[in-house]
Amino acid sequence: MNFQKIFALFFRHFYLIKSSLPRVLDLIYWPTIQILLWGFISKFFTLYSNYYNDALGVILTAAILYDFLFRSSISFNMSFLEEIWSRNFTNLFIAPIKLSEIIVALIITALVRTLIGLVPAILLTTPFFGISIFKLGFPLAFLFLSLYLFGITLGLFVSSGLLRYGPAFENIAWSSLFLLAPLGCIYYPISILPEFLQIIAEALPLVYIFEEVRSILTNNTVNYSNLITALILNAVYLFIGIALFYYSFSQARKKGSLINIGE
Amino acid sequence: MNENIIEVKKLNKIYDKTIAVKDLSFVINKGKIIGLLGPNGCGKTTTIAMILGLVKPTSGEVIIKGKNIEKERINLLEKMNFISPYVELPKKLTVEENLKVYAGLYGVKNVNEKISELVNELRLNKFLKKKTGELSSGQKNRISLAKALINDPEILMLDEPTASLDPDTGDFVRSFIEHYSSKTNVTILLASHNMNEVERLCDSVMMMKDGIIVDTGKSQELISRHGRKNLEEVFLKIVRE
Repeated sequence: MNFQKIFALFFRHFYLIKSSLPRVLDLIYWPTIQILLWGFISKFFTLYSNYYNDALGVILTAAILYDFLFRSSISFNMSFLEEIWSRNFTNLFIAPIKLSEIIVALIITALVRTLIGLVPAILLTTPFFGISIFKLGFPLAFLFLSLYLFGITLGLFVSSGLLRYGPAFENIAWSSLFLLAPLGCIYYPISILPEFLQIIAEALPLVYIFEEVRSILTNNTVNYSNLITALILNAVYLFIGIALFYYSFSQARKKGSLINIGE
Repeated sequence: MNENIIEVKKLNKIYDKTIAVKDLSFVINKGKIIGLLGPNGCGKTTTIAMILGLVKPTSGEVIIKGKNIEKERINLLEKMNFISPYVELPKKLTVEENLKVYAGLYGVKNVNEKISELVNELRLNKFLKKKTGELSSGQKNRISLAKALINDPEILMLDEPTASLDPDTGDFVRSFIEHYSSKTNVTILLASHNMNEVERLCDSVMMMKDGIIVDTGKSQELISRHGRKNLEEVFLKIVRE
């Protein structure tokens, strides 16, 4: 693992972010809008529903965590798409950089992009709604780690598709998380889902992560088995994601798609 | 003694049912500039891509400096580089940022020193702080050339390096390649449709058609053998046969 190469690729994306105010604003805009929107919806629930004791806190915290997952995944995909859009793909793959170094560079870039977007949104929740996600305490670190791992795993799945099928796979990059959201049980318990969907949902780490969020916020109890299950599932999916990325690269070399991708 | 730096052995590439390259074999000696000529779609780019390890051959081998590119891809790429008008550098990064990124990717030790050397040689001083996307195609071409030389390559793949350039810039690039080659003894495989360029720069020429090499030799030898006045006429004869 050569850190000079990893940081070189990271700076390739960092230069892009710092040179463009619209890009930074775009990173901040969507999470902020999302948090404000959900904040007002949550406030409505607090005033008119007894479904949760602390509906605002639970829903807004879940929204922030879900957005962290969304940003992680999209940021990973965006870094990859930037190479395609700028027609730099071939240059990247004729440079002496290993696939593992590309993956690590994209993971670091995704984290930085995600934090740029989400930190302002997190900071806004306290003055606007009196909510702090830090109320989750120490388990918050595990929850963030789990969501980040799942986000980059989804990023790896989508990037594998981009490698194999080219820009035609781009729309999947945007819609992948919307497809998973209903199954992730972000705002409601898994029992709300029909039974056959519960079987699929149980295979997703999201269910355990958000179940734990609700458990901590409503019952003040930490169930470490949920956190461990989520981490184990994440490790399995991450391994599959990495294997798929390597396989897609090999297939792209066979099909010759690394020469003209983006054209 | 001639040192074989690139050996292509019985190389084949089939995309689905299309044969792109068929039974291709050739050797390139160290320090030589070899022209690869042929009509569009004859397999030039696929051949270059297989030498760079970007495309996996269906069968056959590419041996670079005695090592198989399929087995030692990353190590071999450290001393190779490539330029093509169809491949660009990120437009939103400044010239300096792009060169720094690629210096990092190629593990260049004295990054600032190397960039400064290339900037002076390729007369890039005025553009260093400019966004790459804001430059003219001639200026971008020189930036791509700087990127291609950032790692002091021993092997350079040039795919139409002067395509779409004005005569002045084209001549500057050709003169630069000539000078750089004599100074560094770099080995160059040059794919081009500019016959004057090939006659001027190349020690030898390979003519490709339908994925195979149909003739090879020095420019003058090809011209004499085919009874034509220049390389362009040879090219047209071969393509239209």
